[in-house]
Formats: sequence, structure tokens, C-alpha cells
Amino acid sequence: MATHAIIASFKDTPAFYHAAEKVRDAGYKKWDTYSSFPVHGMPAAQGQPRSKVPVFTFFGGISGFIVGTLLVWYMNFFDYPLIVGGKPYFSPVFPFPVMYELTILLAAFGTLGGMFLTNFLPQHHNPLFESETFLEVSGDRLVIAIESRDPKFDSEATRQFLAEIGGTDIEEVSA
Amino acid sequence: MATTSPESSLDAPQAALLAKVQPAELVEQPLVTNNRDFNWVTDKICRIVETPTPIWWWICMVVALMTAAFTGMGLVWLVSTGVGVWGLANPINWGWAIVNFVFWIGIGHAGTLISAVLCLLKQGWRTSINRAAEAMTIFAVVCAGIFPLFHVGRVWFAWWLFPLPNANLIWPQFRSPLEWDVFAVSTYGTVSVLFWYMGMIPDLSVLRDRAIQRLKTNAYDGMGALAKGMDIFRKYLYATFAMGWRNAGDHWRNYEMAYLILAGLSTPLVLSVHTIVSFDFAAAQLPGWHTTIFPPYFVAGAIFSGFGMVLTLMLPLRALYGLHDLITQRHIDNMCKICLGTGSIVGYAYIMEFFIAWYGANPYESYAFINRAFGQYWWAYLMMFSCNVFTPQLFWFSAVRKNWALVWIMSVFINVGMWFERFVITVTSLANDFLPSSWGYYSPTIVDIFTFFGTFGLFSVLFLLFLRFLPLMPIAEVKFVMPAADPHGHHDDEKGGIH
Repeated sequence: MATHAIIASFKDTPAFYHAAEKVRDAGYKKWDTYSSFPVHGMPAAQGQPRSKVPVFTFFGGISGFIVGTLLVWYMNFFDYPLIVGGKPYFSPVFPFPVMYELTILLAAFGTLGGMFLTNFLPQHHNPLFESETFLEVSGDRLVIAIESRDPKFDSEATRQFLAEIGGTDIEEVSA
Repeated sequence: MATTSPESSLDAPQAALLAKVQPAELVEQPLVTNNRDFNWVTDKICRIVETPTPIWWWICMVVALMTAAFTGMGLVWLVSTGVGVWGLANPINWGWAIVNFVFWIGIGHAGTLISAVLCLLKQGWRTSINRAAEAMTIFAVVCAGIFPLFHVGRVWFAWWLFPLPNANLIWPQFRSPLEWDVFAVSTYGTVSVLFWYMGMIPDLSVLRDRAIQRLKTNAYDGMGALAKGMDIFRKYLYATFAMGWRNAGDHWRNYEMAYLILAGLSTPLVLSVHTIVSFDFAAAQLPGWHTTIFPPYFVAGAIFSGFGMVLTLMLPLRALYGLHDLITQRHIDNMCKICLGTGSIVGYAYIMEFFIAWYGANPYESYAFINRAFGQYWWAYLMMFSCNVFTPQLFWFSAVRKNWALVWIMSVFINVGMWFERFVITVTSLANDFLPSSWGYYSPTIVDIFTFFGTFGLFSVLFLLFLRFLPLMPIAEVKFVMPAADPHGHHDDEKGGIH
């Protein structure tokens, strides 16, 4: 079977963090770190750009605000003008709580949806889960995996590189 | 920190003085005590879900279900007869239903405060209590929702509260604070569920992986088929909700951003919810309700009661599950101090209301407040004042905060006091308003009592199910605040905080 990735484990968080910096500097593209907790500063060590989630939040929030405004305008002004205390049928002031809450509601949905989309989740299967070593990431194992689709990937050279940067339990995961 | 001042910048006499006084090093207590490692944390939290159900859980569940049945009885009685079975009668047309609604919604607020506001303030101690507190929020909103839902009378028309097309071709009236409440509370419930769920995804993946590991190694010697069957069930259950999460650095990057944003969204949300709840009162023109102090006063009270409930729940859980290394004295101290702070704000508001009533020179307003404290409901006011203002002041003393039994009893007092606060606000203002000829006295009926009493059972049923099926603490976040998670290494003399 073809190789999906080569995984290597690291002994503690500093070693893991510095190894990630070395993989980044070696010019690998299709690789990732795996740890059961977010490591502070890891995106920079991996050379990743800023997350795109806020974009989804922003559009969610904007749509919530517009939906809220149009909802009240349509219902209390356009479709069925409702006289309450002789006041104007519509104003942006009185339904502000409705617009405010809908902004937050849709921004929150945008955020969660954005997190799923940017992470390509839900994902039914990933070959990494076939490795029993990899499953231990849930406990305390810290793993770096370099995938075979990386242009720089070379079964022997990559294995050696991972050993050089301090990786142990190096294992090939088949696709 | 006092120790961070760079000594090189001191001149000679200052340095000599510093050497002479030898300032004490302020040692911050670690958030996870006894030098536990990552595997211990994972095991401790996961085994709560993975080990066979303890006997006490079944006993609590039976009691909780029987208690919840009272809400069922109360609601069946109400729906089959009509809202007249409640103690509401002119002029007191808002009674226990609104009191219980505000009470439960308020309890929920501590969960959001812990998960969102303390996250933004980078308070590392929130990690071990936030999951349970968020669960508490959601279950409290469920309990709260029952009351306005059934107060509408013909509950099968409750969907008219939402802006949905109906056969009458009319729409909700958006000037009403009650309609704002529909939006605020439903948004609050939904966003709380989203936040809770997203926080849980990494931990669900841990439970999934552990079940798969056991299935792969077939670690069921002498445990029977049930143990294996449960793991197959867990594998599918947790895998479904973990959505294929695999702890990748790329996942964490987007996840942390999303978490931060949700915390940022929940903070204005939680403040707005109780503000809008207070508008239910403040937008009316009744003496005792029509005050501008209500929004901040309600929010402070909500956080106060919520932390009371967190203490009521977490202290027994800590003892039952042996979580003393994760919920340390530092956590209890901090929760007590928040109760002290918010309790003092509430006490200040009580006194300020009196001042404003006098200063405003409105005879009806003055009367409303004198009547509140010394009128026919003096006993409720006394209950409220003593529980909410005097009880938390004991938290100034570290000896009190270290006495867990006492802290627990005081947390119950806080809950009782906050329920009475809502009762005092709602009922006293309605019972004695402008015209003495229309004054009245409100008493709940047995149906009111059944419905409210049962909600504690409903809350407990939901909370017990949560304990049994979901990770009680956010494993990833607890690991994150441990010194071993620091990518720049740690020293023995250093604290376990975030760097």
C-alpha cells in the first residue's frame, strides 16, 4: 500500500515546538503537528497564516443585522402597519434588541460553521487514525506527520530528517 | 507581579533597601496540583464517563426523576384547566412564573461568564470549571423557558411568539420588551449550546480515540460483553459528534480563533440577555420597576446567583469524583471572591434604590420602597437582604473559604436569596401600586409550587445525564494551563499559568 504519511513523536512540548519550526524551515508544505491541546505560538512555528474564521463571523453578523432590520420593517411597517402609541411604524431604535440578538446569533453560527469549513470537517476518515501510535495523541503523545503528497517528500530522506530533529517512534502510515 | 521589576534599573540606595527588606516572593498557586501529568488528567476526566455507573448516580437519578415529575403534574394540570390554577389574580398578574423564569435565567449567566468573560480576561482558573458551568447554563435556560412558555396560557399557540406566518395574518409587536425577551433568550440558549458543543469537540475526540484503542487492543479480560458493547456504542456516539477532529495544529489554529470569537460574542450577549429581562420590568411605569438601575443590577445579581449555583454543584462533584487536584482551593477562593464582589454590587443596588426613591421625590416610588421593606412582604425582603447582602460578606475571610461545607451552605443561601429578590421585585410592586382600592395579596397555589419544585428535578436529570455521557471538564484546556504545555520550557519555581 502507498504511504500516506510518516509520523514521528517528540518527548515534550519545547522539543515538539522547535521541531515544528525546523520542519517549516526545511520547506515542507503538506505536514501538520498533532497534540491533544493547543500549543501556544504553534501557528507561527508552523508558518501558518492567520485563521480565516473571522471572515465567516463577519458575514454571519452582517446578515443577522440585516435580517433583523428587514424582519421588523416588513412585519410592523410594510405588511401589517401596527399602530402602537401613535409612534412611527418603523424606526431603527425600538427594535434594536432584535437586530442586536440576531447579529450575535448568526455571527455565532458563522463562527462555528467557519471553524468546520476552514478545518475541512466533518471528515469521515483519515488514514492517520489507522496508526495506534497516532491514537495516543489523545493522551500525551506529540506527533508531527509529513504527508507523502508533499513535493519534498522522500521516504528515506524524510524519515532521516524527522530523526535528526529529535523524532522518535518514527512510523509509516499507509493510505 | 512584585517580582518583575528589573533590578538593574535600581540605583545603589534602592538596591540596598531592597536587599534589607527582602520582599516576599508572591507564589501563585498552580492550577493543577500534585504535579499531575497529561495522561493523569485525560484518564481522570475520561474515566468518569467510561467506568460503570456508580450507585449514587442511580439513586440521584431516581430522586431527580421523581422530583421532575412534579413539573409534569403542574403543567398537565395547568394545560388541562387553564392559567387560573396559578395564584395570579388582579392586581398581581405576574407571580411565580416570572420569578422562576428570571431566577433560572440568572443562574445560567455564571456559566457564560466563566466560559466567555473569564476567557477574554485570560483567567486560567476557569478551565476546570467552565464545561460544567456551561452545562448548567443550558439546563438552566431549559428550566427558565418552561415558565413563559406555559404562562401564555394556550401553549399550543406559543409559536406565535416567533415571527412566523399564521392564519391571523398578523405579526409580533416588536416594541414589546417581552418580544425582545423571546429573541434574547432563544439566542442565548442557542449560542450557549454552540459554544458548549464547540468546546467539547476535542474532548469528544479523546473519548472516541480511547474507545477505539480499547477495541483495537481488545482490553476486556473478564469484563463481559457489556463493556465491549458500550465501547462500540461510545466509538460511534463520540465519533459522530467529534466530526473527525484529529488534534492537528491546523485544526487548533482555527478552533482557537473560533473559540475566542465565540467568547467575544457571548460577552455582549450575556450582558444583553439579563438587561432585556430587566426591561420586562423597567419599561413598565410601575413604582419600584421603572428604574434605570435595573440592567446593571440584574446582571450583577445574575452572576452572583450563577456563581452560587456553580459552587452548589461543583463542591459535591469535586468530593464525589476526587477532583481535588483540578478544582483546587484557588478555584474555590476565586469563585467565593466573585460572589463577594457581585453580592456587594447587589447590596449596593438595594441601598441605592432607596436613595433614589427618596431623592426622586416621587411619593409613589418612596412608598413602593418603604412598603417593600416594611409592608406585607417584609419577610421576603428580610430573607432577600440577609441572604444576598450579609452571606457573601463572610467570604472576606480565608478561613470561611477553606471550610467547604460552610461555603456550600452559603452558596445555597445565595440561591434562596436571589429567588426572593425576584419575588420581592415582582410581587411587592404589583400588590401595592397607585390605587389602594385595587391592592391585593399574592399567594402561590399548589400548582405553582409543584411546577417550580419540579424544575430542580428536571435540572438535576439533565445534569446527571451530562455527568454520565460527556466530559465534565475541558481536557484540552486543562492541559493548556499546565506547565508542561509551555513550548518554551518551565522552571520549578514558576507558576502553572499561561505565558
